[in-house]
Amino acid sequence: MTSSRSRGIEPSRDRGATATQLAFHQFRYDMRAFLRNRQARFFTLALPVLFLVILASVIGAQTATVKVPGGELDVSIYYVPGIMTLGIIAASFVNLVMSVTAQRESGVLKRRRATPVPASVIIAGRALTSVVVALVISALLLVIGWIFYSAHIPARTAPALVITVILGALTFCCLGYALVSIIRNDDAAQPITQAVILPLYFISGVFVPVSGLPTWLNDIARIFPVSHLAAALLVAYNPHTTGSGFAWNDLAVLVLWGIGGFIVAMRRFTWLPRGR
Amino acid sequence: MDPSPHPDNTGPRARDRPGTEAVIEVEGLVMRYGELEAVGGIDLHVNRGEVFGFLGPNGAGKTTTVEILEGYRRRTAGRVTVLGDDPERGTARWRGRLGVVLQESAPEQYLTVAECVRLYAGYYPAPRGVDETLELVGLADRPDVLAGRLSGGQRRRLDVALALVGDPELLFLDEPTTGFDPSARRAAWDMIAGLRGLGVTVFLTTHYMDEAEHLADHVAVIAGGHIVAEGPPATLGGRNVAPAEIRFTLPTGTAIADLPEAVRSTIAGQDGDRLLVTAVSPIAVLAPLTAWAAARGVDLADLEVRRPTLEDIYLELTRSATGTATS
Repeated sequence: MTSSRSRGIEPSRDRGATATQLAFHQFRYDMRAFLRNRQARFFTLALPVLFLVILASVIGAQTATVKVPGGELDVSIYYVPGIMTLGIIAASFVNLVMSVTAQRESGVLKRRRATPVPASVIIAGRALTSVVVALVISALLLVIGWIFYSAHIPARTAPALVITVILGALTFCCLGYALVSIIRNDDAAQPITQAVILPLYFISGVFVPVSGLPTWLNDIARIFPVSHLAAALLVAYNPHTTGSGFAWNDLAVLVLWGIGGFIVAMRRFTWLPRGR
Repeated sequence: MDPSPHPDNTGPRARDRPGTEAVIEVEGLVMRYGELEAVGGIDLHVNRGEVFGFLGPNGAGKTTTVEILEGYRRRTAGRVTVLGDDPERGTARWRGRLGVVLQESAPEQYLTVAECVRLYAGYYPAPRGVDETLELVGLADRPDVLAGRLSGGQRRRLDVALALVGDPELLFLDEPTTGFDPSARRAAWDMIAGLRGLGVTVFLTTHYMDEAEHLADHVAVIAGGHIVAEGPPATLGGRNVAPAEIRFTLPTGTAIADLPEAVRSTIAGQDGDRLLVTAVSPIAVLAPLTAWAAARGVDLADLEVRRPTLEDIYLELTRSATGTATS
């Protein structure tokens, strides 16, 4: 009598396990495709390193230190968490918008939709790729800062730093999916993404320390998530930070943006090409 | 009001044969985009194990219909059953029984052929083996080539591999050979014909008549959103009973008046000395004609007998359906 009942329950339990396994299955292939894509590799891995070296050298030649909460930091060290922001956003937002728009417009998503794979698996697999790439580029920047600019690698605030990187990547994945749902064709993906993100880098403490910006620009920047990711990373990285290094307010704003992006994506995301 | 609602499998156009089972059943399918009626109430019936050819010119409602059957679009009206379920409520389990080859879909360009197939195999509960799948589509010798580097024909084979790896009961092939050179088309036909051996039902969309004639057991022609003809390719549009056209040139030194009565009475056209005779039964004309020529010791060197090709029938059907617009 119980055997027939358990037979009815088992498949759903199986499917629950399978969904996680499937997401990892998808992740393995997304990751492989990412690593083979030279353009994606350049923009997400090489470019942030290049930016760190250039900014640390150019700006560092003019000013030696930057005021941060609790004290001062060498310019070259200040740019480690700043460029980390850029790397995380390149790995999640920029790369995701490009690749997912291309997959939608070329029919890859449409074909996947004809298979039994759940949408959540495709999305989770892709998001996991972004998170892993964001962690890798963050670690790379930390190590480069440590080797070349005698920047420290935080120990006490390491958990805060890791969690901030992951939360940042997830937030910008959601925002990426939201932007994909608005972009109508493949050609528009690159210019729209850059137009959205580049000005925010400038006013959010990524390229230029926020202490050097006028208040009104700071106020504008504080509306958008980039400044909060940059601020949270600075708090988690800054050696003058006391406590665990979690910038709860900034993280809360990030999560709100992530939820907002998620809602837009849920309502507007399409699997079929839109440009034709 | 329909006084006698049809129970399952006995729609007005059902082609019930003993031992056959409907895989796709469509009754009164209508699709409107605003004011535009893309599909104007069509019926389709596809039996298990057959290759069903769905023909029509571009813009006839072909792709709209296929996308409704595949579950991509919601129809305006009508009853649609694919593998026993309504595609609009298609579950993952239902999608696991279909294979879809889209008209246009790029490969996962940064994965190799074998990786693409392995990725898709993971989506299905009981997939076919990767090697076996590559063997089926003729890509067994190129598993490590990046999908983005494949030629057009090979890319199409990979598309088919991705649709077959789930071991589907029903395969949709949307214009599988568009843009192919003749030898690639032949090779693709051989591959599709080979699927018959697997017991897969194939819903083949095409606008090539020779393709449908070569591959399909049963054909439906859609034009202007309506089915204008349906049947086996050999008898489509009354092709088998359409009169044959017999052409020959009058041998020198003979006149029309010299021809036997059976030939003279069926002359349908004349271009100088070249005559056109139409006959439902060509033997009734050819026998007296050749006997006459033999008796006179003359030859009919350019004698030609031609039945309307599927292409002729198709052009006639689709022209009359869209005639108001083109004439």
